Amino acid sequence: MPDATGLELIAQELRDAHGADAVVDTTYFRDKATLTIAPPLVRETLAHLKDRGFRFLASVHGVDYYPEEPRFGVHYELLDMTEVDRITVKLRVPLDAPNVLSVTPQWPTADHQEREVYDMFGVIFDEHPDLRRILMPEDYEGHPQRRDFPIGGEPVLFTHNEPRYPRYTQ
Amino acid sequence: MSDIETRPSAPQIPYREMEASHEIEHIAHGAEQELLTLNLGPHHPATHGVLRLLTTLEGEIVRDIKPIIGYVHTGIEKTAEDKAYWKVIPVIERMDYLAYYFNAMAFCGAVETLLELEVPKRAQYLRVLHMELNRIMSHMVWLGTSALDLGAISMFWYCFRDRETVLDLFEMSSGQRMHTRYIQVGGVMEDIPPGFDAKVREFCAEMPGRVDQFLDLLAKNEIVLQRLRGVAAVDEKTLLDLGVTGPLLRSCGNPWDLRKAEPYSSYEDFDFKIPVGTTGDNYDRFIVRLMEVKESVKIILQCLDGLPEGDYISDNRKYVLPPRHELATSMEALIHHFKLVTEGFRVPPGEVYYPIEGPRGEYGVFLRSDGSSKPARVHMRDPSFVNLQATRPMVQDLYIADLIATLAMLDPILGGIDR
Repeated sequence: MPDATGLELIAQELRDAHGADAVVDTTYFRDKATLTIAPPLVRETLAHLKDRGFRFLASVHGVDYYPEEPRFGVHYELLDMTEVDRITVKLRVPLDAPNVLSVTPQWPTADHQEREVYDMFGVIFDEHPDLRRILMPEDYEGHPQRRDFPIGGEPVLFTHNEPRYPRYTQ
Repeated sequence: MSDIETRPSAPQIPYREMEASHEIEHIAHGAEQELLTLNLGPHHPATHGVLRLLTTLEGEIVRDIKPIIGYVHTGIEKTAEDKAYWKVIPVIERMDYLAYYFNAMAFCGAVETLLELEVPKRAQYLRVLHMELNRIMSHMVWLGTSALDLGAISMFWYCFRDRETVLDLFEMSSGQRMHTRYIQVGGVMEDIPPGFDAKVREFCAEMPGRVDQFLDLLAKNEIVLQRLRGVAAVDEKTLLDLGVTGPLLRSCGNPWDLRKAEPYSSYEDFDFKIPVGTTGDNYDRFIVRLMEVKESVKIILQCLDGLPEGDYISDNRKYVLPPRHELATSMEALIHHFKLVTEGFRVPPGEVYYPIEGPRGEYGVFLRSDGSSKPARVHMRDPSFVNLQATRPMVQDLYIADLIATLAMLDPILGGIDR
């Protein structure tokens, strides 16, 4: 793992290359380095880390930070197989413009995983070659992994709530 | 449900009309040949689960392939958000249903990292012991079903006989054959029972010979050689770009294995080798997995020989249930038991990603805690889900019969893909 100092060095390189706002935050938590970056710079950041040896994109996953804003997080787990090093790149996008540039053209492995994040959270990956639902049916409405998406279930009929569910049994 | 309309950039195509939306203009083919779009699945024995493959054929040759998944999506990640941490283990075990110890290990490892909870050495060894038994079990199911796809029907029974032996061992140590819930946060559920050691040794004495028998039956079999050797070879760079891990990656010569690279749960204590292939064709994938079984047997024997004395689960009462006998005498134990069973334990806020090496590659659990007793996000990076993307480069321009063989050697588990 890049240690806390190594992480700051990477962050500084990114700031030098892409401006002071390129890196929003760095955290070093449980021996794991995390870079939080500005969403428009996702391709540049990942390309920069690729040049540094992180050539394997292990995982792309979404998080809903509801009720915080910006609400959605997309995480990229990068791996350096030679140095046996891992780093996480995070970015956050708001609900009213949940757009992130797709990294599928550069990292083909992100294809299915970005589709899953789109399916589950409604984060839209611009320039993705085939952005459509992957796990839910294509005509499904809503994005079920959002924190405010109801868990659902069928109403259970008791005598006390029978008037509330008329014709429930038919 | 969110009240804000999303703006999907994907075309809104009715589910049952996906063939119509399938672009085939870009596929190169002979002028006199016509392209045929054919659905394989979702219900087809050779797809190893409920997998639908939209194939575009020119004669018998596959020109394009598109996996369509989601038929057994059960929303386990969403379910997990509504359960206390220790109640998540049973549902997360049901993701990849042939690798339940690995699913539980990845999840418990992530929780323990957040809690900074130390796992006793004996528990780590018991985890390794069961994970390696699970690996053998998973590879036996793979070999049996794959050989069945190639026409070797008796292989199915031989492999399932050995799988049953492993399941009997699981039943002995945990009471369950599948989805055992054996691995807990902080350790394992119970110490191994008397007689388990001898049973496992009996199995370990038999298994390498069985692998040799399977190799005798298959490795030089004319049909197997023709169907597997030199078929669907993909180079290492393509696989790495596609995020492929596990035996598929190792079969083309890359010895990446998290058990060696980033040892977890005391894997650094064991002496074992990583089998690698050379060309990365279907035959290498087949041999690499069988050799892995032999290495797993070695690890299991070392586990039994070096099993340390001590606790099988952490004695931190804030996270681990107190032993049953204490409940009758200790007020403290009763309080801890009540708190753990009703509310569960709270986990400090934070986010971790905990990867382990399973039978199909990297199982990584991403866990976000908001400080409550339920996880705010559980995500499983399932290797089958990622590896499935490699079908297209593998089978393009091969015969449709090779597609079936390649899919068998890919070893996708749809429970893990769809979660």
